[in-house]
This record gives sequence, structure tokens and C-alpha cells, in this order.
Amino acid sequence: MSTQKLTKDFIFDNKKTHLSFKDFSVYYGDFQAVKGVSGAFPEKTVTAIIGPSGCGKSTLLRSINRMNDLIPVCHTSGSMIYEGLDIYGERMDVVKLRQRIGMVFQKPNAFPKSIFDNIAYGPRLMGIKNKAELNEIVEKSLTQAAIWDEVKDRLHKNALGMSGGQQQRLCLARALAVEPDILLMDEPTSALDPKATAKIEDLICELKEKYTIVIVTHNMQQAARISDLTAFMYEGNMVEFDTTDKIFTNPSMKQTEEYITGRFG
Amino acid sequence: MLDHSFTGMGFISVGLMGVVLLVILLPIVYRGAQAYIFTETIEHRRFQNEKFQRGDAQELAEEYRAVKAARLPVYEAIEKFEAKKREWPKDKKREFRSELKAVKKALHHLLGPAPGEKTPVLMRQQFGQTRWDRAQVKLHEVLYREDWVEDPTGQTKELVQVFVPRVDLFKGTELEPMFEYTEKNVELMLRPKLTFYWQFLIDRSYDAHFFGGIGPEVRGTLLLTLGAIVFAIPFGIIAAIYLCEYAKPSKTVHVLRSCINTLAGVPSIVFGLFGLAFFLNTLKLTESKSVLAGSMTLSLMILPTIIRASEEAIMAVPFAYKEASMGLGAGKWRTICKVILPAALPGILTGIVLSMGRAAGETAPIIFTAAVSVGDKLPLTEAFFAPSQALPWNIYNLCSEHEAVDSIRHVQYGMVFTLIAMVLLLNMLAIVFRARLHSKTKGV
Repeated sequence: MSTQKLTKDFIFDNKKTHLSFKDFSVYYGDFQAVKGVSGAFPEKTVTAIIGPSGCGKSTLLRSINRMNDLIPVCHTSGSMIYEGLDIYGERMDVVKLRQRIGMVFQKPNAFPKSIFDNIAYGPRLMGIKNKAELNEIVEKSLTQAAIWDEVKDRLHKNALGMSGGQQQRLCLARALAVEPDILLMDEPTSALDPKATAKIEDLICELKEKYTIVIVTHNMQQAARISDLTAFMYEGNMVEFDTTDKIFTNPSMKQTEEYITGRFG
Repeated sequence: MLDHSFTGMGFISVGLMGVVLLVILLPIVYRGAQAYIFTETIEHRRFQNEKFQRGDAQELAEEYRAVKAARLPVYEAIEKFEAKKREWPKDKKREFRSELKAVKKALHHLLGPAPGEKTPVLMRQQFGQTRWDRAQVKLHEVLYREDWVEDPTGQTKELVQVFVPRVDLFKGTELEPMFEYTEKNVELMLRPKLTFYWQFLIDRSYDAHFFGGIGPEVRGTLLLTLGAIVFAIPFGIIAAIYLCEYAKPSKTVHVLRSCINTLAGVPSIVFGLFGLAFFLNTLKLTESKSVLAGSMTLSLMILPTIIRASEEAIMAVPFAYKEASMGLGAGKWRTICKVILPAALPGILTGIVLSMGRAAGETAPIIFTAAVSVGDKLPLTEAFFAPSQALPWNIYNLCSEHEAVDSIRHVQYGMVFTLIAMVLLLNMLAIVFRARLHSKTKGV
């Protein structure tokens, strides 16, 4: 199965492409986890990547800000272009790249530090030392992540004392604190209860005003609820990549339909 | 069934360990504490005043005057006896000569030099018994003569020990009343008083530990341990970081790890010999043994332990922390400094503290590189370049080479007790750190 042709009109006319990839493959040693996929994420939209376990959707997501570099045997081919630069090019500064393309992980991974220090971690890396400036950033990020009211009285308490849902929103705030362009979310609600999930989903809908969001999810209702575009991946291939409406109402590929209607996966 | 027997075996072995620990520790604690808390005599107070200027000199002088008055009848009795003896026939004189000598020697041990006697050279002969428990032993020597006779019951052919009251030997002489007087008035002559001699921990010793404390030994142990830690911490943590974060999994790294594990099991005497051969003979760090060479040897010995503990602590840091930090744009070094090391710190500290305990208690590595049995207290700047006493070595030295260890058992037990207390304290610190690690990961 090769890369499927994409419907041309899925890119919203008034929105420019923020990140695109062509014939992009990811290998773990000899195993090809992502098989020459192509596509583009338009600015200020939510793109959901769905597919059964092991289809390569997380791998694709993590290769966008080169988190796969942490795995020694992992390498890539093809191109992944962000603002005119190849992410895997020699001139790419990975540190800067990761500041521009933030990530929220599957499980809340707050540092065992205070809430304040968690948020200030990124800004401090960028060299911001001014206390007032940091305070401002912390408040802004936490407000954006809709958690400021809950934690403003305990900013200097250990972050690990919060609930899972709060921790995940803290991680979101932490990612927002470095003011990225793109937010990658790797199944951000899979470890949360329905109430916390709803909160995160609301947040995503608000955040897309400012950020380009790519979210990997197992939950098809979630993809349908929050995303503008949906990509369906299966066994390393991108089977279909189209507007969410089209994918969930009238998918062009049989496999997509079967997955969405729950016949496999 | 198997489960039950396994649980039972577990309980038994844990219980056995506990009993063994108690059997070893209790007597040590009991007897070691007596180096600090004991009944002192006036002689101890006199010594403390003379050498360390402790206590009120005037008060002491007054007390000593009273004590001298109490002792006077003893010496008067001897004088009278000796005056009478001169008139005796030769063979009767000879009969009592050695006996009198023994009594005078025992009295000297008990009360110190007799009035008017020339000050002896050895310090232990300048004072009477400083401890009431030792005074009891010496009093017994005054009152009884130890004899070995054939078993009066005739059951065995071995000699048995009997104590002959000296008062019977001197019956009818001028000396006879002295024994009863001494036995009755020994408290007046020595003025026993319960004391807490905490300065035992810091005082220097005099005359082969007959007097004073174990200050230099404690200080030497602290310096050696501190030095070992100072050398071992940077190398250990850097090595662990390299092995965990930078080294690519390869055969060389695998071999390196095995080498470190093997080093952790090398007998400490081998490290001692290596320290002598390398630091002193090859590098010639110092002219003689020194705290510097000793602590470097100790640091080599504990290095594998620190590396392994740090490695484990670093590897126990959740990968998610690393991901989160990298995802925010931190480089590898920043991630290690700001996230991984702080998160691994309690584990690393536990390893460090445990190996500190080990370094404090090791004898073999310092025999050839640092330890001596007697030494002066040097200023800190010089102390590192000179040999030093150290508790483990001096414990060994006292029991193997001291000429009269029976008289100073309390010092030996005091040293053992102090060393154990130091090591236990360090281990307790480690437990506290571990507890903090747990509370930290749970975010309480």
C-alpha cells in the first residue's frame, strides 16, 4: 500500500501551510515504522492522527520535533519542512526547533519541582532570569492552560502533589511557556478521567486560535470533536488525510471506513 | 506449604540476624559507654586539671588535702613497720622484704606515688587509679596475694588460683591495721564520683592511652573519610553520568562496567598495597604515610560503590523527565544538570553516605598509607600531609600491640563504640535520605 492521493482542497484556503512532509520514513534499526508518508499541517488548525496501535502515528508525531533522536537506533529519510527549513537538515538547531515545536506527552510528566519551577524551566533555558518577567510568563501560561485559579496559591509546592488532570494541564502550560508555534500532543488524555479529558479538549479548542496543534489520539470521538483535519494511519502508511468531516462521514478509503465504524483496530 | 516454610525460614533468618546484632552490639554499647560515663576518682580530676586545666583548681587542692590526710595513716603504718623491721634479725627481714615490696607497689598503683617519693618518669606512675572500677581491682591487689597452689580437693593435678589475705601474712606486725584501714577508707582516699567525660571524644591521649581520650583518632577518621569522599564524589558521579547518558552501548562499555563491578569486590588490603605502591612509592605524594595518601586510597576503594549507586539512581529517573526537558528545548547537559541529577540526588547521596560509612570503618587500606598509633595534633593545613591516628587502626593496634591492654579496656571499647556510633549515624542519614526520596517522588 503506497501513500494515498490526498484531496487537494483539504487545506483551508486562507491558511498557509505550517509544516509539511514528503516521502517521510522513520526506521527503528531495520524496522520501518513510518513508510514514506506525505502531508501538511495548516496554520492554526487542529490535526488529529488516528489509527490502531503500532500504526506509526506516535512515531510520526515525535519525529516532528526530533524527539526520536533520544532513541539511538532511530533514523529517518525523506523531508520534513518547517518554515522553509528541513527539520532533519544539517543546519537545524534541535534546541531551537524544540522550543518552537512544543510537546505534551501521553502521561503527565511534571518535574519533581515546584509548579513555578516547572513552568519557568523552559523560559529559564532561554536565558530569562528576571523574576518579574518569569512571574508574568508563569501566570500567563497557567492562565492559558486554565489552571491558574487552581494553583495560584500553591505555586511553590511540589507539582507532583497535583491530580493527574492538573498535572497534564501543567505540562501543557509548561509547553506554552516557551511560546511555541506548533503544539504536538501524544495521546494527552489517555491517562485521564472523562472530566479531566473534557477540560483538556476545551483547552485545545481555545488554543487553536493561536497555535497549530497536532494530536495523536486513540479516541475517535475525541478526534471528531476537536479536530479540523484527520489523518488515518495504518501499518506505517497514511491511508487517508482529509477534513475531519469527510473522514467521519464519507471516507474515500475502505480501510478508513472499516476502522471508523469499529470493524477492526 | 512451600510458601509457609519459606516465610518461616525468612523469619528465622531475620530473627537470627537480630539476635546476633544484639549479642554483638549490646556489650559493645554497654562497655563502650563506660569510657564516657564512669565513676572517676580524685586522681582523674587531678589529671584533668593538670593537663587540660579543667575544674576549679582551688577546690581540687582542698579536696586533695583532705584525701592526703586520709591516706596518711597508710604511709605512716608502712614507715612504722619499716622502722621496726630494721631491728629484726636478717632472716626475718628477708622473709618480709619481697612481701613489703609487693604491698608498696600495689599501693602505688592504687594511690599514686607515696608522699616524698621522687616523681616517676612514666605518667601512669605519677597518678593513682583514675577510674573507680580499676581502683577496685588494684585494692584487691593490695589486700590479697595471688597464689597458685595444688588443688586442695585433690581432684585434678592442675594448679588453682587462691587469694591469700595479706593481713594474715603481716599478722602481729605494725602493718596489720593498715589493710583494714585501707579497705574501709578507700573511698575517702580516692573520692569516687560519677562523671560524664564527654571530652573523651576530643581529648588527646597520654602515655599510651592510659590517660585522656581518643580525639586524634576520631579526628583522623573524620579527615580520612572526608578526604575519601571529596576525591570520590566528582569522579564517581561523572563516571556514572558518562556510563548512563553519554556512552553508547558497546562492548567496551560492557567491559568497563564489569571492571567496575569487579573492583567493588576487590579485598581492601589490595587497595592498601596499591595505595602504598602508587601514591607513596611511585608518585611520592608525601614523604611518609599521610592522610592525603590514605584518603586517596580509600576513595579508590569506595569509587566503584559510588559509581554503581549513582548509575542506578540516574537510571531510575523516569525517562519521561528527560523527554519533557528535551521537549522544552534543553540540551543534554542542561537536562542532566537541571532535571536528572536533582531527581537522582537522593539516591546518589544514599550511595555516598553508605560508602562514607565503609570508608570510616576500613582498616586495611590505611595500614600502609596513613595510620600511625601515636601522633601529635597538627593544624589542619599540615594534618593532611602527615600520618594520623584513626579509629579502626588504633582499635587493632590496642588489642594487638599494647603492652598493658587489660588496664585500658575501657579505651578500646570506647573506640569501638565511637566508631560504631559514627557508622550507624551515617547509615541513619542514608535512611533519612531514602525516605526523602520516596516522599519526593510521591510529591508529598
